[in-house]
Amino acid sequence: MAKAQTPSPAGAAGGGAVAVAAESTVATRMSAPPSFDVADFPVPHGREEEWRFTPLERLRGLHSGTAKADGSVKADLSAPDEVIIETVGREDARLGRAGTPVDRVAAQAYSSFEKALVVTVPSERVLDEPIRLTVHGEGGVTFGHTVFELKPFAEAVLILDHTGDTVRAANVEYVLGDGAKLTVVSVQDWDDTAVHVSQHNALVGRDASLKSIVVTFGGDLVRIHPRVSYAGPGGEAELYGLYFTDNGQHHEHRLFIDHDSPNCRSNVAYKGALQGQDAHAVWIGDVLIRARATGTDTYELNRNLVLTDGARVDSVPNLEIETGEIAGAGHASATGRFEDEQLFYLMTRGIPAEEARRLVVRGFFAELVQQIGVPDVEERLIAKLEAELEASIA
Amino acid sequence: MATLEINDLHVSVETEGGPAEILRGVNLTVKQGETHAIMGPNGSGKSTLAYSLAGHPKYTVTGGTVTLDGEDVLEMAVDERARAGVFLAMQYPVEVPGVSVSNFLRTAATAVRGEAPKLRTWVKEVKEAMARLEMDPAFAERNVNEGFSGGEKKRHEILQLELLRPKIAILDETDSGLDIDALRTVSEGVNRVRGSGEVGTLLITHYTRILRYINPDHVHVFARGRIVESGGPELAEKLEAEGYEQYVKGGAAE
Repeated sequence: MAKAQTPSPAGAAGGGAVAVAAESTVATRMSAPPSFDVADFPVPHGREEEWRFTPLERLRGLHSGTAKADGSVKADLSAPDEVIIETVGREDARLGRAGTPVDRVAAQAYSSFEKALVVTVPSERVLDEPIRLTVHGEGGVTFGHTVFELKPFAEAVLILDHTGDTVRAANVEYVLGDGAKLTVVSVQDWDDTAVHVSQHNALVGRDASLKSIVVTFGGDLVRIHPRVSYAGPGGEAELYGLYFTDNGQHHEHRLFIDHDSPNCRSNVAYKGALQGQDAHAVWIGDVLIRARATGTDTYELNRNLVLTDGARVDSVPNLEIETGEIAGAGHASATGRFEDEQLFYLMTRGIPAEEARRLVVRGFFAELVQQIGVPDVEERLIAKLEAELEASIA
Repeated sequence: MATLEINDLHVSVETEGGPAEILRGVNLTVKQGETHAIMGPNGSGKSTLAYSLAGHPKYTVTGGTVTLDGEDVLEMAVDERARAGVFLAMQYPVEVPGVSVSNFLRTAATAVRGEAPKLRTWVKEVKEAMARLEMDPAFAERNVNEGFSGGEKKRHEILQLELLRPKIAILDETDSGLDIDALRTVSEGVNRVRGSGEVGTLLITHYTRILRYINPDHVHVFARGRIVESGGPELAEKLEAEGYEQYVKGGAAE
């Protein structure tokens, strides 16, 4: 486990990389600079750094411009009365503030949506009920764009739920005003045929805090790209993720934290369990600490638990530090197997095989499930985990 | 009265060169309340005996029988054997990340006892058992065997022995890697369980040291995959003085 400490981050290891650079290489590792226009990105061939883990043929044309918007989703939004809900046109100035698409599919999404949803929590409002947005795929290709904005000192919990079947490219923005607090849970519980590619851009205001929990179970291919930048000093971002990747599923989570303001903090913890033939999970954790981001404190962790043969994990943490004046920076990545010896040990204590497996998986995810803090979502998640495990035993 | 009967047990293990026979006709009867020490040189097959009785999939039984009160142990799955009353304290207990000791103990006790122990009495039971083994209460919140020292692992095994109350306890080199204080604490735990008179103990060891704390009723010398000599405690004294040399002549360890 690498724990790099300033001012001498050299010696960090563990499959990741720590670079001390005068200029960011995170940006140059992408094949094209960020842009809202899909035409600015060449059609990927699969060897680009940002696409090399993704099976392009399963994107169903989202990457090549051949996917046409011929499908639909049913969206249900419920929110407390003080929340302002608007459907706006592409020209609305509030769109695109939290970040710019960094790859062709994100740009395709931005170039293709017709109307965007803008949800605003006014200043200093502290919501006592979560905002819930359910997106249910009804087949075909769909594009979308959603902005959640918390004005200064507002506090909210947001639950984004994805079910059904669609081939979808849709980006989400979280704009946090100064001192705002947002907890967002994004659940990808798609049918096993769905494709979902989404860039989540968060712009964290001065002294604001974001807690994001990304939960991915379903889909044929899900590729989520949570990105955080800071609009002022003192911001905080906690990014948690859970994924349970089954037979043939491709789940990819690519995180990027751009520490561009002083005295901000970030903490990333993603955990995944995999089972079955050709289950493939990809986790990329990029953290960039820019020269002006003194006093930064960041840590990122990825853990994977491989339950059966035939599953594959790619886990790539990457930390770039352009200043020595930071509070702390580190990362860790590990992939372990549920070993026959662990199973044997638990069984010699009378615990049946299925129960042993449940015990291990539940234990593995427990600390992250507890982070959610929304009881009905936690319960559903635990039930879902149990169901996935049942399926693996059957 | 619970009785474990091992009859002409033959066990082999798969190797690169094909199956290799490790146990070559083991005969042994362990009754509730008795303590049998099995002593032997490295490679004699005594750990294989322990793992075969627990049902480790690596070992194939090629002949013989094992019964517990007449029930065919070899027909049972690993967890069924445990629920029938066979307990194996391992020489190298396995780390189980993500599972806390307290969760593990309660799940195991629920499985073995057939019902979940009442929470309040259970907490007290665990706490007291841990105190007797001089284990820090914070231990209960750590992950099973993860980062445990050698001594902590063995205490944890004996803690399970005390809580699960088996009919037959197989202790596989529980004494190895323990300093004298830990050995005393662990031995006291074993003696408490033996003191109940309800457990038959199969104490597998390389050294006679532990026998100063746990007095066996029977001592067996294990060599070349079978018991080659049996006697009372005096046999252990003889081994202490003379070593295993006379038993390993002609090539024992293979």
